[in-house]
Amino acid sequence: MRCVWTDLCVTVNGESLLLDKSGAAYWPKTRTLIFADLHFEKGSSYARGRQFLPPYDTRATLLRMAEVVTRRAPARVIALGDSFHDPHAAERLGAEERALLESMAAGAHFIWITGNHDPHPPAWLGGAVMPEWREGGLIFRHEPRADAERGEVAGHLHPAASVAKYGRGVRRRCFVADAIRLLLPSFGAYTGGLDVGDPAIASLFGSRFHAFMLGQDRVYAIPRQVGRRKSSEDIQPMITAIATAARP
Amino acid sequence: MLPPRFQDWFAAKGWSPRPHQLALVETAQRGNSVLLVAPTGGGKTLAGFLPSLIDLAERPKRSRASRLHTLYISPLKALAVDVARNLETPVAEMELAITVETRTGDTPVARRQRQRHAPPDFLLTTPEQLALLIAHPRAPQMFEHLKTVVLDELHALYNSKRGDLLALGLARLSQLAPGHRRVGLSATVADPKPLQRFLLPQSGGKEVLAELVVAKGGAKPQIAISASDSYVPWAGHLARHAMLDVMTAIGEARTALIFVNTRSQAERTFQELWKLNEANWPIALHHGSLAPEQRRKVEAAMTKGALRAVVCTSTLDLGIDWGAVDKVICIGAPKGAARLVQRIGRANHRLDEPSAALLVPANRFEVLECNAARDAVLAGELDGERLKQGSLDVLCQHIWGMAVAAPFHADALYAEISSAMPFADLSRADFDAALNFVATGGYALKSYDRYARLRQVPDGPQKSMWRLAHPRLGQAYRLNVGVIVEDPMVDIRLQSRGKPTGVGGRRLGQLEEYFVEQLSAGDTFVFAGDVLRFEGLRENAAYVTRTHDPEAQVPSYNGGKFPLSTFLAQRVREMVSAPERWHVLPEPVQEWLKIQEWRSVIPKPGQLLVEHFPRANRHYLVCYPFEGRLAHQTLGMLLTRRLERARMKPLGFIANEYALAVWAARDMSGLDMGRLFDADMLGDDLDAWLADSNLYKRTFRNCAIIAGLIERRMPGKEKSGRQVTFSSDLIYDVLRAHEPDHILLRATYADAGSGLLDIARLSDMLARVRSRIVTRKLDRVSPLAVPALLEISREMVARGEVEEDILRENEDALIADAMRVD
Repeated sequence: MRCVWTDLCVTVNGESLLLDKSGAAYWPKTRTLIFADLHFEKGSSYARGRQFLPPYDTRATLLRMAEVVTRRAPARVIALGDSFHDPHAAERLGAEERALLESMAAGAHFIWITGNHDPHPPAWLGGAVMPEWREGGLIFRHEPRADAERGEVAGHLHPAASVAKYGRGVRRRCFVADAIRLLLPSFGAYTGGLDVGDPAIASLFGSRFHAFMLGQDRVYAIPRQVGRRKSSEDIQPMITAIATAARP
Repeated sequence: MLPPRFQDWFAAKGWSPRPHQLALVETAQRGNSVLLVAPTGGGKTLAGFLPSLIDLAERPKRSRASRLHTLYISPLKALAVDVARNLETPVAEMELAITVETRTGDTPVARRQRQRHAPPDFLLTTPEQLALLIAHPRAPQMFEHLKTVVLDELHALYNSKRGDLLALGLARLSQLAPGHRRVGLSATVADPKPLQRFLLPQSGGKEVLAELVVAKGGAKPQIAISASDSYVPWAGHLARHAMLDVMTAIGEARTALIFVNTRSQAERTFQELWKLNEANWPIALHHGSLAPEQRRKVEAAMTKGALRAVVCTSTLDLGIDWGAVDKVICIGAPKGAARLVQRIGRANHRLDEPSAALLVPANRFEVLECNAARDAVLAGELDGERLKQGSLDVLCQHIWGMAVAAPFHADALYAEISSAMPFADLSRADFDAALNFVATGGYALKSYDRYARLRQVPDGPQKSMWRLAHPRLGQAYRLNVGVIVEDPMVDIRLQSRGKPTGVGGRRLGQLEEYFVEQLSAGDTFVFAGDVLRFEGLRENAAYVTRTHDPEAQVPSYNGGKFPLSTFLAQRVREMVSAPERWHVLPEPVQEWLKIQEWRSVIPKPGQLLVEHFPRANRHYLVCYPFEGRLAHQTLGMLLTRRLERARMKPLGFIANEYALAVWAARDMSGLDMGRLFDADMLGDDLDAWLADSNLYKRTFRNCAIIAGLIERRMPGKEKSGRQVTFSSDLIYDVLRAHEPDHILLRATYADAGSGLLDIARLSDMLARVRSRIVTRKLDRVSPLAVPALLEISREMVARGEVEEDILRENEDALIADAMRVD
């Protein structure tokens, strides 16, 4: 396995995943690229309520996706659910957006995991539609489960974290991981974030875990501690991973 | 000129009408609009109402139908309420049959409805309420008999977004009640012309001016400057060294108002005063973050005359008269001559007696600024203001409101809007862009057109009208009206120690969310007069406990940071450049300037001094534009980009109100300073920097809310308010990449030019110093550079990608942690 420093590498249930600065994860062993919560046409979904958000979010999301796909050249792409913001979102896609999506689908096999926003992704997209996908030590699903087995890779919660220094705070989308599971940040251009300290996220992890915040050129590993209990057991595999990554 | 009843009333009071009051009666008889410029205490409000009182007193008894005669608009609802109360006296004593009512956000719904059908003779209200009134289908009936509009404290409104909203409201009133008169009331301003134009419909590029009446000035104020010949601090803004002087001044006064510039300064000053308050004088605290109940309590105590002093921020710059106030103490930099006049005017509301003020500079530069400000005030010179153009986001809001009132023709509405002074130069293309933005977002998308807010409906063979698509949109407009956008706030709740965080807690007030988000559990700060320990954030509240930690870490939270005015900056520069005027300054300040003259140089008027010197393995470049912290910060960002390209390895910079210091790994003295400070830096570099600037994103958020792109936070929906902040950044990023010319991005750029980033001012400065840069290469730090360098440890502003630095440093801590063997 080869890691470059711009990619942090985490090991979840024995499988190594690269955390891409874009917010996607890459699984080199199977050449699989993973995106969560694309929320296509979220902007235009607000028009029904007569709120006219600039309708460029899908294009922005797809262009960012295309950039990672070109860079990683995956054999397979997994979208972890909530790829479409609402049941009619696919009908509203513009011609340019459709073409972008189709050209990506032509080069890689797509697996569309279903989400609460898109229980039935459109059939014309091709690829496979399924509620879960298991392979090797990993299981891919939309919504993380409290009682999940080791190796869960999920989205749904849109994690974000903040840190402060020099009297200023920085808030970014982030991956969250411990040795058991990996949560991906939402990838859609109009998707907001939920703080990792929120019980919905924190309760999934032990007292210590890591937020991997998205920076301009790389991902930053930030330790998080919930409560005062100190335990080094949860964190141990993560440190190894960072040390490996840090070595040139 | 006055009717007998009025003459008798003045006589019975032992007053004689002032010349400017009579002048206003006279212009009214000629049917003209007028601007009255008068100092505080000049009977300005009575002058404004006198013609209306006379007109109604002469009204025949039988015409008792309820008709709105005079509309009064004030920037503060408290002021409207106070003026209504003051009008009761002449109305009652002259037995005039005149009804006076106020209308604010606090007016009960039933009365507000009744006011539409049966309005009082005089209605006293605010610009926001006017916007609501004219956006009602019954507005034509309500205003058809309107005779007079009185605009109070017009100087505080005309050149702002609230002024834009007011101007648009007046343009509509001109349609509803053609021929009504307007009276503008203003404090002394450097140039009254824009205010005279503001009062009247403008047409065809010509200036249409209201008449001007200038009241004779009152007694000159007595302004003292606290100064010590033994000690004047080099830096800082707290003036802790002068607190005994402040206590003495309080002791000499009946009631004192103590003005400071920021909320955190207010908190610290309050604490320092109470440490010295052995006599237990009732001294209170008042600023915008405190809970409204607490502020009302302080105001009520002031009205009763129960307080000896109030420490306050600009929240009390304007407001109702407190007769008991006989001294104003200004701590820190005055920032502007007009602001100082306004604040001094808060003491002693009688025209013939001098107001007494004490200025307390907190550092050496502020000593210069206080002296310059005092000289300007005594010479009767004031800061001029750069006139802003009408804001496009306010225009969008107004167009929506006009559709709520009634269907309209685009041509007619455009003509009406361009009669408002701020929008006199509005192009038809911009108007159409705003109209389309309101109607469908302006993206020409079928899925958006289907849900249009405004639709075009045929009206005759060739014409069409714009009509509101659904009545519910009227409700949405009413919830969004106004141009004041609050930062997202977090409640501060005080818990008893030992209780689990997030349970119970008394509400102390609110703080900006971005300030609270940077706190970690255990951090201490001063708020509401106490040292508090931050425990945690739950839902939308920050939970704190009381602590007696004397070493309270007080990070600054914003609120009331005004830049040094261009005018005052000019006078400070002149004072520095004129050694013959230094003798009035305290000894340590004179010595400081003399050593500067000896070690480096005192720049001549119009010159920009740039110094280079090494210190602790770094190379410093310090310049002294005196253009305010915001302009300097922008300059710092742009200079470091340039220095980066020149391979000087810039490491950081610090800006204060007077100077900018940049430090780098390499010696910058060999660079061509003319090139380095060339105005072409305001091109691409500025754009690239703006893209990521948080201030710029916050400016965009305000525009997006005002224009109705995203919804304003509603009381009780605080959680969604926090989400709005985040998503406006998302919209900004997408819009910038995909439609950089969008109307809201243009509105944001216009705001940034004059507002938070002061780009216009920076651009003026760069033009001013062209080929007038004086460079000095020194072997060590110069006296003038010390105050800026002292601030480095206080307020670290790292270069360029500060956010990445923050992430990196937080991570470094992790790696140290991870690699530690224990």
